[in-house]
Amino acid sequence: MGIFSFLKKEKSEEEVQKLDQGLEKTKSSLFGKLSRALLGKSKIDDEFLDELEEILITSDVGVDTTLKIIERIEERASKDKFINSTELHELLKQEITELLVANRRDDNDTSVKPYVIMVVGVNGVGKTTTIGKLANKFKSNGLNVVLGAADTFRAAAVDQLKIWSDRVGVDFVSKGMNADPASVAFDTVKHGQEQNADVILIDTAGRLHNKVNLMNELSKIKRVMSKVIPDAPHEVLLVLDASTGQNAFEQAKQFTAATEVTALALTKLDGTAKGGVVIGISDQFKVPVKYIGVGEQVNDLQVFEPRSFVDSLFSEDQ
Amino acid sequence: MFENLSLKLDKAFQTLKGQGKITEINVAQTVKEIRRALVDADVSYSIAKDFTNTVREKAMGQNVLTSVSPGQLMTKIVNDELTDLLGGATSPIQLQGNPAIILIAGLQGSGKTTFSGKLAKHIKSKGKSPLLVAGDVYRPAAIDQLKVLGEQIGVEVYTEDGSKDPVGIAENAIKHAKRNANNVVIVDTAGRLGIDEHMMNEISNVKKAVQPQEILFVVDAMTGQDAVNTAKAFNDRLDFNGVVLTKMDGDTRGGAALSIKSVVNKPIKFISDGEKMDALSVFHPDRMAGRILGMGDVVSLVEKAQQNYDEQEAQRLQKKMRRNTFDLDDFLKQLQQIKKMGNLKDLMGMIPGVGKAIKDVDISDDAFKGIEAIIQSMTPLEREQPDLIDGSRRKRIADGSGSSVTEVNKLLKQFGEMKKMMKNLNKGGAMGRMNPAAMRRR
Ligand SMILES: Nc1nc2c(ncn2[C@@H]2O[C@H](COP(=O)(O)OP(=O)(O)OP(=O)(O)O)[C@@H](O)[C@H]2O)c(=O)[nH]1
Ligand SMILES: Nc1nc2c(ncn2[C@@H]2O[C@H](COP(=O)(O)OP(=O)(O)OP(=O)(O)O)[C@@H](O)[C@H]2O)c(=O)[nH]1
Ligand SMILES: [Mg+2]
Ligand SMILES: [Mg+2]
Repeated sequence: MGIFSFLKKEKSEEEVQKLDQGLEKTKSSLFGKLSRALLGKSKIDDEFLDELEEILITSDVGVDTTLKIIERIEERASKDKFINSTELHELLKQEITELLVANRRDDNDTSVKPYVIMVVGVNGVGKTTTIGKLANKFKSNGLNVVLGAADTFRAAAVDQLKIWSDRVGVDFVSKGMNADPASVAFDTVKHGQEQNADVILIDTAGRLHNKVNLMNELSKIKRVMSKVIPDAPHEVLLVLDASTGQNAFEQAKQFTAATEVTALALTKLDGTAKGGVVIGISDQFKVPVKYIGVGEQVNDLQVFEPRSFVDSLFSEDQ
Repeated sequence: MFENLSLKLDKAFQTLKGQGKITEINVAQTVKEIRRALVDADVSYSIAKDFTNTVREKAMGQNVLTSVSPGQLMTKIVNDELTDLLGGATSPIQLQGNPAIILIAGLQGSGKTTFSGKLAKHIKSKGKSPLLVAGDVYRPAAIDQLKVLGEQIGVEVYTEDGSKDPVGIAENAIKHAKRNANNVVIVDTAGRLGIDEHMMNEISNVKKAVQPQEILFVVDAMTGQDAVNTAKAFNDRLDFNGVVLTKMDGDTRGGAALSIKSVVNKPIKFISDGEKMDALSVFHPDRMAGRILGMGDVVSLVEKAQQNYDEQEAQRLQKKMRRNTFDLDDFLKQLQQIKKMGNLKDLMGMIPGVGKAIKDVDISDDAFKGIEAIIQSMTPLEREQPDLIDGSRRKRIADGSGSSVTEVNKLLKQFGEMKKMMKNLNKGGAMGRMNPAAMRRR
């Protein structure tokens, strides 16, 4: 079994429901609305585009990406000469899905061991919780997991990660509060290597991307790991909160500059926020969204599927 | 991606140029640009629409004075309207009642626990005796987190380990407060989603049980379009008294503030702008308007400069400038002063007009690094008397600082020019006006 083979696992009925529930709560009848705007017409008109604009903007897709989508739709529609609304919906979803970058890495690749994942992001987005959930996923796939408590700053951050490690039953490395986070990361990777771990997850303190010193610290934490394993970290996972608006762009930009982000996780999709900002981010920075968080419990993590995500932006029923 | 509103307005206003009166036709494009910019700043789509309609009405038919451009007139209308909407009647938080009870509510990770600590510290500094209550029984280590903060600020934290009953905890905490002469009780609660019936019932029950004088809704300033849904959901259930905007030390435009104010019409009572316990500020509607509009915040700039500028050091350097004995060592110190005032680009961005000019310019705080390294590779004598630095010294300095002789030459030349400039300024007496201390006195 491959390291990341759970990624391929079919979602259970319940999991699908959970995502749908979250994503569908606010936007009732979006396609209904779009369909009405389209009723009895054979081409896209302003009314339709206005409806589309509203749906996308209120999902935090942002003005630029919305305009891009509208342009693409207009172009496609004039070329393809669509007729009915079903076809148009399909076309629209296709266009948006295409903006979401596919996962680059072969997730069944077991050759890298230990596989080091560094988790970064602004304050309170759900980094530590996502690590707990990921650890559980990996572990239930029979993998050896080590967590590193490199958030040594926020009150009780180490305790929080410790509780997750106990809950999931995985190895845990810490040097206590106020320790140098880079040295925690170093020790964790070293320990993981010695223990023959499959996956190492490094938690880092939340930091706002406009704080230069803190961003430099993050670069240092990353650099230090490569002294133990030259390619480490193999993944830098930027966690974004679905309720965040256009500032997420700046987050993606600055975290990429400091740590070369390789993947995104989008949390709190069980709320009413749609998280549409990731569409433009994925497109612009060419990073895939890998996971989504749909709750606070250990099982509330799902592998991101572009098409279901796009479907949910337009989901029809309450 | 992030285009400044002022930049966009400048563009839009060009369509108004040369027209004497604001009319339906010439205002349409401008209004569209303003709407788009607001949405970019995360103002809710429908609220941005309403807002621009109001602006359009106010603008219509106004005569454009010869002294101001239509663009400037529109900016003023937009800015005034926004400031009005964000501000309005506000009341300080209610601390009467014995004890006064403050309930903290909001989404997951918005900053409730951190804010609870800050508020306790603030209240304590007013001579009151607050009690913090750990009402989050769900999040791993939530109780420990509050305990650590309580310890930092020297405020007692009421906890019930193992209890899963926030209502009971809050009730018991109040009894505890009465016994211990705590006159303010701050109840921290778990993060919850507005659509989580069970959790919203729970917090309504806490409210019913303890009848808080004050309920504060804590919301992340980076929130996007969802701000309206969440604010409404919490307000419908709790009818809260005020809003706390957190993480304002970031660079978010903060349009959520306008969305929330418009939807629930509750005052924004506090700004949380840092992770440390003293990072708490009062809300200024005019500054927030400027921030949403991306217009540069001169007031903040001046204050920031004042806070971090070491006045004595500044005066010493000035004296040296006036006597023309300013040397490279002083120059180094001055660079370090500037760096202390914060992120360079942020600082410059606060100057109106400059924000736009440096929008795409990459100014990192490392901008001075090369210069610093060169000066640090000089001997004290060389720093004092740069004229001593001959060819071989230049080579040594370049090697020592990991730069090139050309770069060393450039720095020395620039320093020479700077000294010349200082001499001229001294003659003109301009130095007094550039002194931050003098600025404050005004
Ligand atoms: N509803 C919901 N809540 C979540 C999700 N992920 C995390 N949370 C909650 O969000 C809050 C913050 O999560 P943390 O994991 O502590 O976030 P963090 O990024 O590690 O925070 P800092 O380390 O303080 O920067 C907690 O209350 C979590 O339970 C999610 O997918 N859905
Ligand atoms: N930069 C910055 N960080 C903040 C601010 N307020 C809170 N934080 C950070 O945001 C993260 C979440 O803060 P908490 O106080 O734990 O948030 P919470 O609402 O209690 O979270 P839950 O209890 O999990 O719902 C922590 O990392 C805090 O240090 C702020 O104003 N600025
Ligand atoms: Mg954390
Ligand atoms: Mg909390």
